[in-house]
Amino acid sequence: MMNTSSPYVIETQDLNVFYGDFHAVKNVQLRIEKHKITALIGPSGCGKSTVLRCFNRMNDFIPTARIQGRVLFHGKNIYDPDVDPVQVRRRIGMVFQKPNPFPKSIYDNVAWGAKINGFRGDLDQLVEESLRRAALWDEVKDKLDANGYSLSGGQQQRLCIARALAVKPEVILMDEPTSALDPIASLRIEELMVQLAEEYTIIVVTHNMQQAARVSDYTAFFTVDEHRTGYLEEFGPTPEIFTTPKSRITEDYITGRFG
Amino acid sequence: MTRERSAPEIHESLRKRPRWGETVIHGLLLVFAGLSIVTTLGIVLVLFSQALHFFARPEVSLARFLTESQWQPQIGHFGILVLINATLLTSLIAMVVALPTGLAIAIYLSEYASHRTRSILKPILEVLAGIPTVVYGYFALTFMTPLLQRLLGRDVVEVFNVASAGMVIGILILPLITSMAEDALSAVPYALREAAYGLGATRLETALKVVTPAAMSGLIAAFVVAISRAIGETMIVAIAAGAGPRNFKSWREALHHLALFNPFKGAETMTGHIVRISGGDISYESIDYDSLFAIGLTLFLITLLLNILSRRIVRRYREVY
Repeated sequence: MMNTSSPYVIETQDLNVFYGDFHAVKNVQLRIEKHKITALIGPSGCGKSTVLRCFNRMNDFIPTARIQGRVLFHGKNIYDPDVDPVQVRRRIGMVFQKPNPFPKSIYDNVAWGAKINGFRGDLDQLVEESLRRAALWDEVKDKLDANGYSLSGGQQQRLCIARALAVKPEVILMDEPTSALDPIASLRIEELMVQLAEEYTIIVVTHNMQQAARVSDYTAFFTVDEHRTGYLEEFGPTPEIFTTPKSRITEDYITGRFG
Repeated sequence: MTRERSAPEIHESLRKRPRWGETVIHGLLLVFAGLSIVTTLGIVLVLFSQALHFFARPEVSLARFLTESQWQPQIGHFGILVLINATLLTSLIAMVVALPTGLAIAIYLSEYASHRTRSILKPILEVLAGIPTVVYGYFALTFMTPLLQRLLGRDVVEVFNVASAGMVIGILILPLITSMAEDALSAVPYALREAAYGLGATRLETALKVVTPAAMSGLIAAFVVAISRAIGETMIVAIAAGAGPRNFKSWREALHHLALFNPFKGAETMTGHIVRISGGDISYESIDYDSLFAIGLTLFLITLLLNILSRRIVRRYREVY
């Protein structure tokens, strides 16, 4: 049964991910609250991106990937056999590490996702609205026909965000969205994330701890055990994780004493 | 501890050294690169000068060459169009067979097939590419033609016909077009596919609306190489397409019931004609001999034109990522 009263949009139960024989992530229990920003942090190889990609079934494209446990979206396990992963991805959008606009015009980049999803309505208006929400409209309104790749890196990433918004998702997954950008462009994306959290639920993987501290409401700290299997060490409100972590391992990582 | 070196010693140690091996290799590579250019120029030069012989003959004129409706140099008819028409017919039929099939196979291989399937399918395609064209020629004559005759009737399909030759050329160029198209599709960054999937696109939408347009310049290159190969193909058409130009007394007759374009009748292509005439006891001074170079030059110009055209198209439609 769908539980509409729950404040949690996504919830994982005993989530385990394997790549072939390799146990990549074990026993993740996470609850993602609506209209909040949740940051997934941790050292390289801790499985934070892997977990993120479980939320919209992007791991389906890795032939060796296997998933155990449940990922509930409004109480429905998205790995149930009767769930269409394409529909999942329309509800749960994604922004990637490296800006990856389509080699098409700015307009077509934004319109593309909506078009394939059978959008019927004023496409011009949708494109403008999406670009405005992504804080890109003023910079590109006079050159909507220009190729997406003619923009700067930061603009490209905002274009990718606009493109995701145009599909009208509920959740936006961001996989290290600023790691390929300079500090100023990164700050703009961070401001944008905070604005977007008013209407969307955002889950962001980041290597940048200041970024996690600045933008997120909740932080999940992942690390690896002796078999290089990732697990969730600590999860809680961001201020708590950064000031009074319960775990010694979290504290060591946060304060830069990791390793 | 080593003794600390003085400044002049350090300067001396930085002195440029002659590297004779490097110089020799560089020179040799330059010679080989030059050789390929010189060879090409030589071929073009021979083609032009010999073709000039042909056009210099009193009975030949460029106007008749380009407008007459029959090719019989012995009795004073030099209408190249009937030969060009046969070449274009076989090539067109070949492309109709090979282009959609090859593109479909390439999309399947690059977007759908598992690693295992691909490792089985690709070698099979490569075997197809290794079959000698003479085998393809007899395949057209002894398999494709009877098949067409059974399907459409012996009164419709002649023993030598353009359709079966063209279809078999299509099979011949299928591996070429498939492998080049697959390379072009596979070269599209995975990030673009991820972007599409992330927006809720299906595999088919991703393959057709993102990957294929992004690979367009490579796909057009594949198309051009394949059609050049089809135009130049000789053995199959020599065996199966017909042993004589499809001549007409007038264009009016040629266009009557579109007889010029009937794929089920025989017709000699430019290459087929060259190979038939040049085999055996042709004499150097004859008009037949000179005419071969005119045909060769035409063939060369057609493929050249095709290449130039495709470069333009590629530049215009390429999606840069």
